[in-house]
Amino acid sequence: MGKMATREAYGRALAEFGVDERVVVLDADLSKSTFTVTFKKVFPERHFNMGIAEGNMMSVAAGMATCGKIAFASTFAIFAAERALEQVRNSACYPNLNVKVCATHAGITVGEDGASHQCVEDLAIMRAIPNMHVVSPCDGASARAVIRAAMDTPGPFYVRLGRLAVEDVYGAYGDEISFTLGKANTLREGTDVTLIGIGLMVQQSLKAAEILAQEGISARVIDMHTLKPIDVETIVKASKETGAIVTAEEHNIIGGLGGAVAEVLSENAPCILRRVGVKDIFGQSGKPEELLVLYHLMPEDIVKAAHEAIAARK
Amino acid sequence: MDKITEKRLKLFAANMRKMIIEGVFQAQSGHPGGSLSCTDILAYLYGERLHVDPCDTANPDRDRFVLSKGHCAPALYAALTLRGFFASCEIGGLRSCGAMLQGHPCMTETPGVDMSTGSLGQGIAASVGMAMMGKLDKKDYRVFSILGDGELQEGEVWEAQMAAAHYKLDNLTAFIDNNGLQIDGPTSEVMNLGSIPAKVAAFGWHVIEIDGHDLQQIENAVHEAENVKGQPTMIVAHTHKGKGVSFMEDQAQWHGAAPKQDQYDAAMIELNAAIAALEV
Repeated sequence: MGKMATREAYGRALAEFGVDERVVVLDADLSKSTFTVTFKKVFPERHFNMGIAEGNMMSVAAGMATCGKIAFASTFAIFAAERALEQVRNSACYPNLNVKVCATHAGITVGEDGASHQCVEDLAIMRAIPNMHVVSPCDGASARAVIRAAMDTPGPFYVRLGRLAVEDVYGAYGDEISFTLGKANTLREGTDVTLIGIGLMVQQSLKAAEILAQEGISARVIDMHTLKPIDVETIVKASKETGAIVTAEEHNIIGGLGGAVAEVLSENAPCILRRVGVKDIFGQSGKPEELLVLYHLMPEDIVKAAHEAIAARK
Repeated sequence: MDKITEKRLKLFAANMRKMIIEGVFQAQSGHPGGSLSCTDILAYLYGERLHVDPCDTANPDRDRFVLSKGHCAPALYAALTLRGFFASCEIGGLRSCGAMLQGHPCMTETPGVDMSTGSLGQGIAASVGMAMMGKLDKKDYRVFSILGDGELQEGEVWEAQMAAAHYKLDNLTAFIDNNGLQIDGPTSEVMNLGSIPAKVAAFGWHVIEIDGHDLQQIENAVHEAENVKGQPTMIVAHTHKGKGVSFMEDQAQWHGAAPKQDQYDAAMIELNAAIAALEV
């Protein structure tokens, strides 16, 4: 299994799909970290460094989009979703413009930089804005597919990307995979419990399913790459067929994947739900792998939540 | 500017002022003061300068206009009406449910609006994006924008100005509608802006100061801007809030208040007289 950070795959996808001259890329002095530099090497005339001014970058991107461009605007998630929130909302989403906010360094696996840079609120915030699509790929191949889908779908996008190199789920970057925006991928069939992951918690969910299998528990695993519009049908099916669901996200348990799934379940097909995520607290400095353990985002934590959900169902 | 053009533009501005008051009176809300202060600039732009076509609003080669001080939408709507983008009856629906004319400009609802604005500071930044794409695509269109002086208190305005100078956007011309007043009072008391021309010049812009109600000066400044190379131009237009309606002039309380019936009647008498004088 290869390893690649979704941010690196993003940069490669920009360079690959950037042959489309409608593509313009904006960055806020982080192009080596966001990997938009990969695009810049191939198409320097369409890469614009906007300096350390993220709010302005979003409005500028919106202005570019009014001229028929597909504007990819990148910075760290904390600045994209929070410092520049109102510009994303009013300049890009309200006029329904082709601005693709591609936010890297999301979640606590930012690591050593600490809580000021560990964005665990972005999914909740971005999901609440009308017109916005919210997507988070789990590996390099799906990141590529997400960028293609964002290019091909009119309107604003929030694409949540990670710093940490993660194992391949679908295959290596460049592999053609089955990906439809708004349609979750069921990666593993199961009948006793459903594990729904997003981002790198998809890998953790797959590992949790292995552990559960050794215990004789059959766990379904779903990659909910598109948080909005969410795949209601797949969630309802999982509820009816397994009766217990665990969501797993590298995000606050409030308002993100767990919140979105809870909304769908309570309106359509209530079942027991357990949410694995950051428990409404700020992160801290540390190695990403250490933080995943400390904040209970490991396969074992998902297994524990699955046990609880199954017990509560009975 | 020849006399015939000047008279035509003065009449354009006078009719705009009447529509602004009508719209805000019908809605019983809105921002008449700042709309009236930027009227003459808009009258010149839409009455004379902008290469725009009401029958081809998405033409990629058209000039762009962004009202960064979006709360002065009534002035933009009046200008768009007189330029033929939509029927004059639309102004009567200003700010009402289901109407085309939103409280702040909305590009998805209103023909001729190039950017949705209303949150201060964002319009000038979007203008920068449009001007950057004009450069990238080697287009000849020009981008115009109007900011309020109070709007300069928003940090994004300065981020946008920095970017415009960095990218040498000589296809971008912005105006500051410098009427000296904002909601809570004089800008000098609310948050002193100091020397606006010096600050803008320090950000790398070519700066021109004019009387923002003098059509000849507006035209001269726009022409000067078109000949500046390698720099965006800021036209600091000294204006009077509420210009053209005597009891509204230079009064901060008319920033965001609608006239009552007797005030509306008095304003109409004054504005109709101004129009009649021009039509002689």
